[in-house]
Amino acid sequence: MIRRRFTALLVAIALAASAAAAESRIPNSESRDDDTISHVLNRVTFGARTGDVDLVRSMGLAAWLDQQLHPSRIDDRAAEARLPQVESPPSGADQQELRRFARRQVETLASDKLVRAMYSERQLQEVLVDFWFNHFNVYAAKGRTAMYLPEYERDVIRPHVFDRFRDLLEADAKSPAMLFYLDNWMSATPDRDPGSGIRDPKVRGFGVRRPRRLPRIPGVGSRIPANGSAPIAANGSAPKRARGLNENYGRELLELHTLGVDGGYTQQDVVNVARAFTGWTIDRDGRFRFVPALHDAGEKIVLGHTIKAGGGMDEGEKVLDIVASHPATAHHIAFELAQRLVADDPPPALVERAAARFRDTRGDLREVVKTIVTSPEFLAPAARGAKFKTPFELVVSAVRTTGAEVSDARAFVQTLQQLGEPLYMCQPPTGYKDTADAWVSAGGLVTRMNFATRLSSGNMPGVTLPAGTPPAGELALRIGSPEFQRH
Amino acid sequence: MHMNRRLFLKSGAMAMLSLGFAPSFLGRAAAAAARRKLLVAIFQRGAVDGLNMIVPHGDADYYRLRPTIAIPRPGRDPMGSAIDLDGFFGLHPSMAPLEPLWSNRSLAIVHACGSPDNTRSHFDAQDYMESATPGVKATRDGWLNRYLHATADGLGRNPLRGVAVARTMPRSLEGPAPALAIGSIEEFGVRGAAAAFEEQYDGSSDRLLSAAGNDAFAAMRTLQRAAGTPYRPAAGVQYPNGPFGKALAEIARLAKADVGLEVAFTELGNWDHHVNEGAVTGQIANRLDEFSRGLAALAADLGDRLADTVIVTMSEFGRAAAENGNGGTDHGHGNAMMVIGGNVRSGVHGAWPGLGDAHRFEGRDLAVTTDFRDVFSEIVTAHMGVSRDAVSRIFPGYQAMTTPGVISG
Repeated sequence: MIRRRFTALLVAIALAASAAAAESRIPNSESRDDDTISHVLNRVTFGARTGDVDLVRSMGLAAWLDQQLHPSRIDDRAAEARLPQVESPPSGADQQELRRFARRQVETLASDKLVRAMYSERQLQEVLVDFWFNHFNVYAAKGRTAMYLPEYERDVIRPHVFDRFRDLLEADAKSPAMLFYLDNWMSATPDRDPGSGIRDPKVRGFGVRRPRRLPRIPGVGSRIPANGSAPIAANGSAPKRARGLNENYGRELLELHTLGVDGGYTQQDVVNVARAFTGWTIDRDGRFRFVPALHDAGEKIVLGHTIKAGGGMDEGEKVLDIVASHPATAHHIAFELAQRLVADDPPPALVERAAARFRDTRGDLREVVKTIVTSPEFLAPAARGAKFKTPFELVVSAVRTTGAEVSDARAFVQTLQQLGEPLYMCQPPTGYKDTADAWVSAGGLVTRMNFATRLSSGNMPGVTLPAGTPPAGELALRIGSPEFQRH
Repeated sequence: MHMNRRLFLKSGAMAMLSLGFAPSFLGRAAAAAARRKLLVAIFQRGAVDGLNMIVPHGDADYYRLRPTIAIPRPGRDPMGSAIDLDGFFGLHPSMAPLEPLWSNRSLAIVHACGSPDNTRSHFDAQDYMESATPGVKATRDGWLNRYLHATADGLGRNPLRGVAVARTMPRSLEGPAPALAIGSIEEFGVRGAAAAFEEQYDGSSDRLLSAAGNDAFAAMRTLQRAAGTPYRPAAGVQYPNGPFGKALAEIARLAKADVGLEVAFTELGNWDHHVNEGAVTGQIANRLDEFSRGLAALAADLGDRLADTVIVTMSEFGRAAAENGNGGTDHGHGNAMMVIGGNVRSGVHGAWPGLGDAHRFEGRDLAVTTDFRDVFSEIVTAHMGVSRDAVSRIFPGYQAMTTPGVISG
């Protein structure tokens, strides 16, 4: 452990030093050597394919990056044609049927995500979809979340990854998936049920959180299956018995989605944010709806800003304005993006420049990402191979480097379960970690080596290796090597 | 050619290893085995109905609140009734396999036990129980890993100190100390060119990956040597069919193999009975049958080693005291934990708050009178022998309120 910390420290020192050196010679991006191009490809895409380096060299790195930053300019019909069909929910309300549907739904979506990461030409977009989904994580096995997942990734995350942060945040705050996952759908003004006595905790050590009483979710309870297996679905309807404030979303909005855990908010801010969002719920058809009867109409003070009484739904919008423009949010988002794209301990000067860009552009995420991927710190030799691939990044990069033809991605869905990153099945709102300490483990490496052997053998169902693939043993050693676990 | 020569050197090194030049941690682990105790943590995911598992048959309100799913008082029903423990509590009849452990004073129970946090969300409550920091979501590591980390001095890197027989690393074992999550011992092996992979990792300048790779191959080799042949449980021991029984058998196998195992973890799910829970028969009866046969088999299979072992069972929260309109139970609060081992203080521990209207938590659930960390911390100190100072690192933010007294002096 000491050794690991020491290594991390060395890397951090090396990065800081080389970034300082690099700063003085911001190079002309048209004259990149192939190692630099490979590095950029490995981080901005899910791994270089054969021929990608040549392509970027002939286009020019700057032009290629610019294109990746504007995905609508890239024809992606070939990848879209590969996507699995998304099934519509069954019309009846049979529990068994719905449960089976939900299980298939998660598998289909996971396949969809894998296929896009493997074959989409809009690679930076897909890298960022993975990043932002994880930032705004929801858990498919919590109640009805799985029902709302297709639209969540398609309509909430993907269209906004190069948008303003405020727009992404609002789309997320109003998404049934998030409203359900973090319980805001049943958060209501406590005044609505003054006689319940639930504000009177009886057990010691309680003080911080106000107790909540869960209303029964029609047809499903708040069931989730054990062992993270299949979610149990139900037809949705607005909470009829919602009573009392639920702080879950209010807290995570501040802690995870915007300011960050050290962002300087108080417990009172959490309560007042939650109060502002009371009434933001899900209607009978599974769509966002504001229900005034559930809303706490009193005045609220959030992060020093007074939100006047009686603002209705605008109060939540105001909170989004306040947190999206807060300097701690700029820093938090800049840090996370730099951690994803550059290094586990990203150079502070780079984080500060990216945060400044966030503030100056009112949260233009395209500009923030551009600042990072064109920075000298990102292009510096010390950043190369500094990141340990997540299981998702490993399996996708393995397919891309081999040029394998994947007609059915379900085998990879299973591999990701074995590697500890089952897609859409991350329980806590923190999402999967993006740093080496979370993923480097003895057991994990063994599973990675076995995956390398299996893929290279050509025996994975739904996967065909191209003609001219190196011998299985040689390929397995390459994909299972320490070097290939990094990018 | 060069490659071949290096491979030859490598197999030479492996031959030396088998002659006794084992990695240093193995020697230390073997030396420490005498004083190290074993903790087996079993998570019942999905919130078991503790009131139908450990039945408060002496509490009249229990029967009033559960007109169709209550477990009858001992001896009251020929179709099945609670197995009396102490005149007030009884075991669900499906738990008959645990009766001998009660009789020989190897079973302790803590009732009305749970979290100071009131969440009724499975995922939050599991998270809090495994991080052992209820109400604090930012905790990155689990309490079992913090135990391994706090007691690692002199033991080197032995990933076999903490093993989860589970597909992914459970939250309880996540953290900085090396630990393994394995589906089974057979699965934990490199198929294909193991020697070539090992050489790659051993020779890598990537220190982090090289160390993890060395852990993996060392653990693999230890397991091949110590647990390489098909496992045969002790005579007469039969584990239940299914993944839970298999996992428990793997734990017994590792415990007997003297590989330095101190903490083992496994889990079984499907306790979330909102509908048609059943009573002496039905869903919960079937789950408790598998659960109890598994625990009894593990205790029997461990044999003498049970004296140095504590098996503790846990579930994220209990279920509502009253049955619901679907013959099931909704999410509640207080629950029951079981502690099995050679040096437990047998009995049903913890203050019973009663199920009367005035005594229920938020008007509906069994109240919590024992913090689950009271049980964990007693096991870690009284059984595992951890100092009070280290305990504060294993349970940050926790101050021992009471000692439930599940471990005998």
